[in-house]
Amino acid sequence: MTASTTGAAKERNEPELIARILSGEKDLFHDLIRPYERMLYLTAFSVVKNETDAEECAQDAVVNAYRHLDRFRGDAKFSTWLVTIVVNEALQKLRKTKRAREDSLDETIEGEDQEFTPAPLTDWREIPSEALERKELRETLRKAVADLPDIYRQVFTLRDLQEMNVAETAAALGVNENIVKVRLHRARMMLQKTLAPYLKTAAPARKGFWGRMPWS
Amino acid sequence: MELNCRHVWAHISEYIDQTVSAGLREEIERHLEHCEICSAILDSTRNILVLTADNRTFELPLGFSERLHVRLEEEMNSSGGGAGA
Repeated sequence: MTASTTGAAKERNEPELIARILSGEKDLFHDLIRPYERMLYLTAFSVVKNETDAEECAQDAVVNAYRHLDRFRGDAKFSTWLVTIVVNEALQKLRKTKRAREDSLDETIEGEDQEFTPAPLTDWREIPSEALERKELRETLRKAVADLPDIYRQVFTLRDLQEMNVAETAAALGVNENIVKVRLHRARMMLQKTLAPYLKTAAPARKGFWGRMPWS
Repeated sequence: MELNCRHVWAHISEYIDQTVSAGLREEIERHLEHCEICSAILDSTRNILVLTADNRTFELPLGFSERLHVRLEEEMNSSGGGAGA
């Protein structure tokens, strides 16, 4: 199963499922949210950065969605509606616990038109399927994502982890699409810079693969 | 016009998302053909995205799903007003 939730909506008839729930088959709500569990948790985590709080937010969001399902309008995707709810839950939780770090509100980072210079690496051509087998690389990536400034981590989580599109991400976070694009670019460049040293040392020495590189 | 590396870096994200114009795309590709540094940066960024989307990288806490459905079940049983009723 991929992280994408769009497939889930396509394979089943969500509007019909929702209509049945609203007309009394309440237990079907369990099925309705099943494909979105991962999205709910990871989205909440991208805001609150704490496992316990993220789980609580995900549960609260599901309960809220259940209570207010009749407010869902078919003109948006159910997944978009749900992600908006969980983002709100998570932001509220963040405010309540007063753990909001300054950088979550700090728009000046974007105001300064600073250039992000990626880390150059010329000897890494590890193919993803091999990299995926390396547990420590995944751990490093998790940490690097957690260390991103809040505004970048949230956009990165929705776009690259949940594979939501620009418009959906913008709607869920209440920002315009251009901000989503700018933040995503910076998040990716920051991660590239952070992870480059780890990727570099992992370069597999495979002659055939390197043969077609211009410098070999 | 020949693009320089900085120019390419500024558009890497859009290039990956395939949202650059056809003209710019061509220029970036021409640059990538001879610039190994930019090619490596592009590859590494792409690979980070593949790793990110892999379910094993960001996992759910053990028992998350079970607890979620228990909570939902409790809500369904406790309130008469759920699911928009």
